Amino acid sequence: MATIDLNQSSIRELNEKLQVGSSGDNFTVNNTVGKHALSVGLTKDINVEINGHVGYYCAGMNQEASIKINGNAGPGLAENMMSGQVRVTGNASQYAGATAHGGLLVIEGDASSRCGISMKGVNIVVGGNIGHMSAFMAQSGTLVVCGDAGDAMGDSIYETKIYVRGKVKSLGTDCEEKEMKKEHKEELATLLEMAQMNYSVDEFRRYGSARKLYNFDIDQVDDY
Amino acid sequence: MCGIVGLFIKNPELESQLGALVAPMLSEMTERGPDSAGMAVYRDPNEKGCKVTVLAQDADFDWADFENAVSSNFSVIKFYVNQNHAVLSLGASLNEVEAWLHDNWNALSVTSAGSNIEIFKGKGNPSDFIEQFDIKNMTGTHALGHTRMATESAITTEHSHPFSTGQDLCLVHNGSLSNHNRLRETLKRAGVQFKTDNDSEVAAGYLSWRLSEGDDLDQALNHAIEDLDGFYTFAIGTKDGFAVMRDPIGCKPAIMAETDDWAAMSSEYRAIATLPGAENARIWEPEPTQIYSWKRS
Repeated sequence: MATIDLNQSSIRELNEKLQVGSSGDNFTVNNTVGKHALSVGLTKDINVEINGHVGYYCAGMNQEASIKINGNAGPGLAENMMSGQVRVTGNASQYAGATAHGGLLVIEGDASSRCGISMKGVNIVVGGNIGHMSAFMAQSGTLVVCGDAGDAMGDSIYETKIYVRGKVKSLGTDCEEKEMKKEHKEELATLLEMAQMNYSVDEFRRYGSARKLYNFDIDQVDDY
Repeated sequence: MCGIVGLFIKNPELESQLGALVAPMLSEMTERGPDSAGMAVYRDPNEKGCKVTVLAQDADFDWADFENAVSSNFSVIKFYVNQNHAVLSLGASLNEVEAWLHDNWNALSVTSAGSNIEIFKGKGNPSDFIEQFDIKNMTGTHALGHTRMATESAITTEHSHPFSTGQDLCLVHNGSLSNHNRLRETLKRAGVQFKTDNDSEVAAGYLSWRLSEGDDLDQALNHAIEDLDGFYTFAIGTKDGFAVMRDPIGCKPAIMAETDDWAAMSSEYRAIATLPGAENARIWEPEPTQIYSWKRS
């Protein structure tokens, strides 16, 4: 177990140490005081526990590593994550999980606006609410919301699946409620278990693309 | 990008440390706005007349001469010079003082007017501003600060925030307005005067105008949502406290925190982290178009 104190080490020193860590290594990071770009670009299955609130772009581009933040996260948490797991015990600011391709992002509190914008395969589980324009142009992966969703959820959505337990303030263009089939309940149950969220799948509704906005229609071939 | 900080003291014992608490917050926002900085401080109320802060563009301005002229025309409660600014606390009405300044002192511009407010601003690195103006030793009830990264108009002292929006009112802004040129022309016709081509000054002028039309601050801000096009996080200083509002899209960041001793807002948590007890403060992100305000009861 290595402990890195950000009163002593620079952000660059922290990220260099984490990036050369070996599989299974454990790191603790203290005195974060809202600093930016902590624990980014990791490529090994190491465990990082961050104590305190973090600023912009924490855990960006993560691959394989498991990162836990005991606090709140600023904008751009786990942006473009590829794999691994990122968990924040508090709230996350704007565009958490933006463009992320894979892995699991768990936000135990609320996520702000644009959560999962343009997500490309990541699974995101939010214990609380999500803000407006979440899952905008979301392409694939799953967004689970145990609280309420803000305005224009899933606007211009492609093939991401969204499960919401609470109220949805409004749906974005081409996003609609869909039937909750057996396979969806199974998928949701697995994600809730992985995220350690104790809710019944029967409390959730499913939303996804109406596929009217982006699909090529053969009947309109002459229009192009 | 710009940085905003605001600090409202709830525990009167901390009023003597206002500057010492707010200076590190402003310093932490340097990377968001290295071009210029400014601060509005609320303190030493003058209920017997008015308090005015003036700015001299000319470094060689003769402050001693000016002070003599002030004392021979008005009853002076307090007069002090801080760098290229002077604060005049006088036993006269604001109209009288402003008319006198306008008629006799072209080299000076008024940065703030009211009974409590003092506004200081300067070009260059915020840490130099903090040092030169001795922000750390300022006392007071609340303060708003701004670090500017200029995107749409020149870097001068007069383009720096906070902008006065009326008596004891001021505005700091992070963002950019896209309809400021047309709105400025409309406001000019309504009698609002502008010193620069800065977009944030238009927002300040807009709020002044709404307030002069009889709106209270909440009404003025709600009208602003309709009439201002662009991105903004605003913090508005008032005589008794301050208010915060984000645009409907909520692009520009803002974070708020509160303890039993203070309430604070900033563009980023790292500025708030410098405050005592920040670790255990109640922290939240303001919702778009919601007005959040603190007031002395």
